[in-house]
Amino acid sequence: MKHNINRVLHSFGLMTTTVAGLGFGSVALAADTVELGFIGPLTGGVSSVGLGGRNSAELAVALRNADPDSKYHYELQVLDDECKPNVGVQVATKLAANNDVVGAVAHYCSAVAMGTVDVYHRFGLPMTVWGAVLPDITYGNDYPEITRVNGTMINQNEVAAKFMTEQGYKTWAVIHDTTDYGKGHNKYFSTYLAENGGEILSSFGVTSDQQDFTAELTQIKQGNPDVIFFAGLTPIGVRVRQQMDKLGIDAVFQGVSGIKSDAFFDGLGGDLAEGSLTFLEGAPAEKLPGGEYFLSEYEKAGYDRSPEAYGPFAFAAMDLLIDAVETVGPDREKIVEYMGTVENHESITGPISFDANGQNTVARITSYVAQDGAWVVWEDSEYADGTRSLPGMK
Amino acid sequence: MDLGLIAQFLANGIVLGTMYALVAVGFTLFFGVLDVIKFSHGDVLMLGTFAGFTVWLGLEAVGIINPWLQLVVVLIASMVVTAAVGAAIAKWLVLPLKKAPPLNTLLVTLMLGTAIREAVRLFYPDGSNPKAFPALLPDASIDLGGFALRADSVILVVAGLLLIAGLNMMLNRTRLGLAIRAVAQDEETAQIMGINYMLVVLATFAIGSGVAAFAGVMNGLYYNEINFGMGLLLGLIGFSAAIVGGLGNLYGAILGGFLFAGLQVVGSALLPFASAYKDVFAFAVVIAIMAWKPTGLIPERASERV
Repeated sequence: MKHNINRVLHSFGLMTTTVAGLGFGSVALAADTVELGFIGPLTGGVSSVGLGGRNSAELAVALRNADPDSKYHYELQVLDDECKPNVGVQVATKLAANNDVVGAVAHYCSAVAMGTVDVYHRFGLPMTVWGAVLPDITYGNDYPEITRVNGTMINQNEVAAKFMTEQGYKTWAVIHDTTDYGKGHNKYFSTYLAENGGEILSSFGVTSDQQDFTAELTQIKQGNPDVIFFAGLTPIGVRVRQQMDKLGIDAVFQGVSGIKSDAFFDGLGGDLAEGSLTFLEGAPAEKLPGGEYFLSEYEKAGYDRSPEAYGPFAFAAMDLLIDAVETVGPDREKIVEYMGTVENHESITGPISFDANGQNTVARITSYVAQDGAWVVWEDSEYADGTRSLPGMK
Repeated sequence: MDLGLIAQFLANGIVLGTMYALVAVGFTLFFGVLDVIKFSHGDVLMLGTFAGFTVWLGLEAVGIINPWLQLVVVLIASMVVTAAVGAAIAKWLVLPLKKAPPLNTLLVTLMLGTAIREAVRLFYPDGSNPKAFPALLPDASIDLGGFALRADSVILVVAGLLLIAGLNMMLNRTRLGLAIRAVAQDEETAQIMGINYMLVVLATFAIGSGVAAFAGVMNGLYYNEINFGMGLLLGLIGFSAAIVGGLGNLYGAILGGFLFAGLQVVGSALLPFASAYKDVFAFAVVIAIMAWKPTGLIPERASERV
């Protein structure tokens, strides 16, 4: 109650002091609740990432609600897109059609985000992407409602191609899923790999629920590539890596950001995962500018699972959205306008600056290697200092 | 294409074919005895595999870690669960609808399958995520010039084929088999001859489902991963295999299973376009075969042609 009174004091100045003091504080409390939305894959194969993102977004809301200086009380509506475009469009419509919701932080799966951006645009709901990496989500349209705090697969694959060729690898085989996500990665990685002098021997598109990859892998084995580049999400990544072993293929397993999850190790066990590579925009939470703060708060909140790779981005996106509401008020149009002006905005992932398409310009990409059942930053790993070596590395 | 590569494709195809044949056998048994299509077959299989997985978790928890012992217990548990579920479906869903148009049975079991699938997804702990099925078989492999022959694949195929052979022997050599064949041929006459109709039907459904559970566990051991949706495609493929081979004929089911696996392998190995279309290719060929031979490659001997 005291906080509310203080807030009213700030807003209305000295004249209202007596009025508020006489008991209008509770009225202010009721009017001050602002609803925000979070959407991510909370069930299904990639739910671990989705739940980590949800916890992080919830944390951002909880911290702000506990802050005596915040002008509003925030409530979070959490919806599950199951990483399926059809479900995503349904829940996005549900959220956007609710006039009480003023903004959303949504989507880890690119295919889902591609389907829903039109919905947000139609309803004029400001939405910030917290995990999906397909460039077209921001670059494929000119919707002012859509912004993104994480980087895109363009940067990711540019770094990946350069990194891998620098390790001395020459030949690749590609397995990518046929969603926008897998195809996009395939496209950008192939482009940058060609620039760096790498050669792709064979390339296979697979469905995202495929069980058996032995036929594809048998053909790949024939070409004896140095590296198998897998562009897809954790569940089939686990299957591909498992079946590589069954066929006795000892190439390096190079994934994309979609396999950077702890579920990769749950599905594989440490031995098979060992030496797998992946790339992720940004840096691990503890190396981010506000990472220490984020992780300690996350731990304090007592969540039973890790924030996963994109948790910090979900946190930063939610925090940015709340900052917008604090600055311009709970109004969709004004928030969209505000998002258009974001430049060097403080966040735990580093300063956020949106370009003309609402894309945050994250330059930093980190390479990871699987070591002893965890993703370790390449530079800190025993692979980088020569203690261990990847298959085929001289 | 060298010999090692062809051998590898062949080995993959044989493992897949055995799995499909085991599922197709169930469809063919049910149709043979009752002239019904039980569409929940694949999902019952998934349920059995999850039951086996749960038992494995239990065994790990109480400290029984011998892989062979675990394997036997897991297999028995999942086959018993599926057999019981299969018999229960026959008793309470299929038999009561016997006088209704066959379309009703098909619809009821189709819906039951969805219900089972969603129930596992929603109520099994963390059921929507894939589970890492344990590798209980020895993982030794021999490298034969670019072709890795794995011990576990060999064991799986041999066990699967033995099971089918055993089933065949049971059908042709035992009194139960005789009773099943009698009911399949002419239900009323069989009843007049003193055959316990209800018992034979339930036994058939239990056996067909139990065999599918074996395929489910085999699937888990082969891929080291199970998920709530695994029964859907397996069921569909098993059904197509049974139809192509000739519904109601055991050899037809086996032929259909291997044929479908062969088509998938050919689809992904030889076709110039992306392997994402291998299922499209396999199902398209199935359609073509059905247009050519509507009653399947090996039609049921007593099939009533119209």
